[in-house]
Amino acid sequence: MLGNQTLIVLIGTLLLGVASGMVGTFAVLRRRALVGDVVAHSALPGLCLSFLLFHSRSMILLLCGALVSGLLGAVVVALMKRFTRLREDAIQGIVLSVFYGGGIALTRFIQNRYRNEPGSDLESFIIGRAATMLKADVLQIAAVALVTTIIVLVLYKELTLLSFDEQFCRVQGWSTMGLDLTLMLLTAITVVVGLPAVGVVLTAALLIIPPSAARFWTDRLSTMMMIACLFGGASGVVGTLVSANISGLPTGPLIVMTSTVIFIASWLFAPHRGVVWNGNRSRDLDVDPSWLVTESQFADESPADLQIKRGSGM
Amino acid sequence: MIEAEADTPILDVHDMTVAYNRRPVLWNVDLTIRKPGLTAIIGPNGAGKSTMIRSVMGLVPMVSGTVTAWGEEIAKQRHRIGYVPQRGSVDWDFPISVFETVLMGTFGNLGWFRRPGRKQKELASQCLERVGMQDFANRQIGQLSGGQQQRVFLARALAQEAELYFMDEPMAGVDAATERIVFDLLKSLSEEGRTIVVVHHDLRTVPEYFDDVVLLNVRIVASGPVDTTFNSANLQATYGGRLSILDTMAEAVQKQKETE
Amino acid sequence: MSIATVLNKSATLFGAKTPIPFEGLTTKIAELLSMAPTDVQNAFWTIAVGALCATCCALAGCFLVLRRMSLLGDALSHSVLAGMAAVYLVTGGVEPVPMLIGALIAGVMTAVLTQFVHKAANLPEDSSIGIVFTSLFAFGVVVVSQAKHVHLDLDCVLFGDLAFAGVDLRPMMGWLWPHSFQSLVPSLVITLLFLIVFWKELRLTSFDPVLAVTLGFSAGVMHYLLTTVVAIVTVSAMGVVGLLVVALLIVPPATARLLTNRLSTMLWLSCLLGTVATTIGYFLALKWDSSAAGLTAVVAGIELLAAIVFSPLDGLLGRTIRTVRLRTRICAEDVLAGLFRKQERGDADAGVAVSTVQECIELAGNGFLAAGSIRWLKTRQLLDHSGNRVSLTARGYNYGRSLVRSHRLWEAYLHENFDLPHDHLHDPAEAMEHFIGPEIQRQITDELAAPAEDPHGREIPHIER
Repeated sequence: MLGNQTLIVLIGTLLLGVASGMVGTFAVLRRRALVGDVVAHSALPGLCLSFLLFHSRSMILLLCGALVSGLLGAVVVALMKRFTRLREDAIQGIVLSVFYGGGIALTRFIQNRYRNEPGSDLESFIIGRAATMLKADVLQIAAVALVTTIIVLVLYKELTLLSFDEQFCRVQGWSTMGLDLTLMLLTAITVVVGLPAVGVVLTAALLIIPPSAARFWTDRLSTMMMIACLFGGASGVVGTLVSANISGLPTGPLIVMTSTVIFIASWLFAPHRGVVWNGNRSRDLDVDPSWLVTESQFADESPADLQIKRGSGM
Repeated sequence: MIEAEADTPILDVHDMTVAYNRRPVLWNVDLTIRKPGLTAIIGPNGAGKSTMIRSVMGLVPMVSGTVTAWGEEIAKQRHRIGYVPQRGSVDWDFPISVFETVLMGTFGNLGWFRRPGRKQKELASQCLERVGMQDFANRQIGQLSGGQQQRVFLARALAQEAELYFMDEPMAGVDAATERIVFDLLKSLSEEGRTIVVVHHDLRTVPEYFDDVVLLNVRIVASGPVDTTFNSANLQATYGGRLSILDTMAEAVQKQKETE
Repeated sequence: MSIATVLNKSATLFGAKTPIPFEGLTTKIAELLSMAPTDVQNAFWTIAVGALCATCCALAGCFLVLRRMSLLGDALSHSVLAGMAAVYLVTGGVEPVPMLIGALIAGVMTAVLTQFVHKAANLPEDSSIGIVFTSLFAFGVVVVSQAKHVHLDLDCVLFGDLAFAGVDLRPMMGWLWPHSFQSLVPSLVITLLFLIVFWKELRLTSFDPVLAVTLGFSAGVMHYLLTTVVAIVTVSAMGVVGLLVVALLIVPPATARLLTNRLSTMLWLSCLLGTVATTIGYFLALKWDSSAAGLTAVVAGIELLAAIVFSPLDGLLGRTIRTVRLRTRICAEDVLAGLFRKQERGDADAGVAVSTVQECIELAGNGFLAAGSIRWLKTRQLLDHSGNRVSLTARGYNYGRSLVRSHRLWEAYLHENFDLPHDHLHDPAEAMEHFIGPEIQRQITDELAAPAEDPHGREIPHIER
């Protein structure tokens, strides 16, 4: 039942899911979940420019272009945060939509002008087309997955510290900017590698959903990361298998939908944190009520920027 | 255990001015700590107590001024400096256990890439024991009470094995038991020859526990030994409202810098 | 669908002899420019559709930006597809009214679900937005990709068809109008009604939600009302610009925000900016044979970039100029104060301190602004300059005296209120003297009971009134 092509795609999406789960864990905990989305959307114009420049359908060349402009998008976000008085959410929306708009314009332009050239159908990158993955593509994904895994494991201690308590991290003399840049780079690479399979619009989901689902199952970072990898890989495999067996179904959205199903199931059924579990017992038994009362004491002295934003939403 | 280096002060803050949004919030702070001991920073809400220690440690940029520890830039002495942040500054839902949190204190001396080994883990358990939290080692940090969370932060700072500590309101909103433990701990740290600077809000406990006091309200009103400095005249000057001229000046500076 | 089929379709409708509004005008313009009348007509209606679309989006988007809900706009534009897909699954058709309702429900659902996941599952808000909209969009794409129906077209959702918007004319009320007017005009009406009815509340809750709640307005109700309006706008504009509706929702309002502090100005300015973007975007798309929606977003981005650099309020250029001016003034004032002190020390020739250019530049701090500050002084006739001989004019003398007065008053003030050693008083006063005007001088004099000397025992110079 499994054809050779399906097997290739299967391995590719499996590795992709695992790598995204790993990097995504830190991205989510560091509250950088939507950076992945910005990078993914910003990658599109770079992909097109790379095609215009080299006229090659080599995936690696296209993805290098994508990585450059994806990172550029993230840098623009940082610059705008520094130099304008716009809020971060607006900045993300702006960068995302303007870069994506540029990408759309370029893909359309390329499609109309280079209609007959192979590989000019760059619009496939918007929703992704895993089915056309080649063995070489899978090898590249594998290499990237390996590299990100190694970097994340080597920097595990530092990234944990950064995500948990940035101030303490700085007081201990770590370069938080360097660590944040590394995390951003890892996020960008993972996103860009996922583009051919899952597409510009949905790649961010792979970074966000599996780690969020994993959080329901454990209170340990290391365990959470492993579960996120597991969920990511499982989503990749299931999504690919379903799309291989029902013709015409796009792989990328199916992978995302699988991870959504896993997320909902985790939310409902995970022990301790799940809805079903909590229906039977309250997990707040041993929380001292005093800290609810004293929480307000932190508001007055410290400037707004050091407070972790919780709730509000307004 | 720690030898006082002859003449160089432990901490020397000179002419430190801090501004948010171009508006000065801390004016010309000048502070020198020469001998180890317990120092309290007190002042009304909005006086810039936290801002002061945060900018001394380089967490908030200064407009002007210099900060040195043992005669060198703070950045070069980080391994000798410990920090207890405000409890509200982290996400307590983070998937990490009490023990792992305390272990983080050792990371600074560990350096890049190295994993904490047996030595660090032993140190972390010892620190946890010192604050009486050894029974909670495997709890997720969000499942602790406020006082217990504060003690975990203290244990983490202990694991830094620093000589100079900055603590941001370690007594804010904690239960009586924790307050007792924290004070005993501060006392023993100070007896070991360490220097501890604490942002404090409870005036009653100042004479009982602290050696020195810094009275702060946007600027330093007075600083020195508790016996001589902690008097009603200084307290009146500190808590008796803000200086209207400083406010006017702050506005003038902000406005000039924005719309010259 | 190709241009040809659309043209054919509208041509057949044309045959029914339904009149087209403004046909006379467009024909006249065509004659003036010697172009084909149909081309001008297409352009005219495309611009009109674009303007309408941009206006709707900008009006609703202003409040998204102000209320820090920009990402919700992004999420809405994605999840609307899921609503349409769900309606298709249930009814098997693509009737416009059920589609619209489905899309609306999906839009509001996104807002509700985001809050629900954030609160109930205890996840950070950015993650919950990310989870909700990607999931809904994935569902939408899967369903649409299976749809055999010609009118449920993924391309249209992704890219919109602004380029055809002016071609696709349909009869309505006896005239031929662009088809998208059918959805855009009602959504504009709804948006405007919403603005008029809730103007006071919107303004209040957008600028200060906390105050609004204390005054008794429910920020939550406004939140969901606004979400509904944004969903309506998104659904109607989606057919024209596709997913990039988010660019029109956020970018022009953000640009306007950088250019003004007034809500009413921000509203009309963002409408204008959005309309310019769609218009230029359309023409560029014609020229380069590319996507009008994409280029609209790019043009809007360029507008924003221009605002960041050139905004009179807080633009980078203006800010740099202001900083340079302030620094120059400070350097110049340092020269004046220095010369005054020299004169005061009696180090002067017939009561007037004489100095060299070199010395002045040294007083100004030797920086790259030093030379500029000397010029600053000369143009204001504060400094006499002949050959290498520099001296204060009478005005310069007064100015310098006022500065030194500020300096010493501030030292006295610091000494009184601050715990600072004597030798640490000079530096702060040196920095502050440039910001102390007559008013603050007076306040300090009053508070310190008109001190005659500074803490170092030097006389505080008086100023005749």
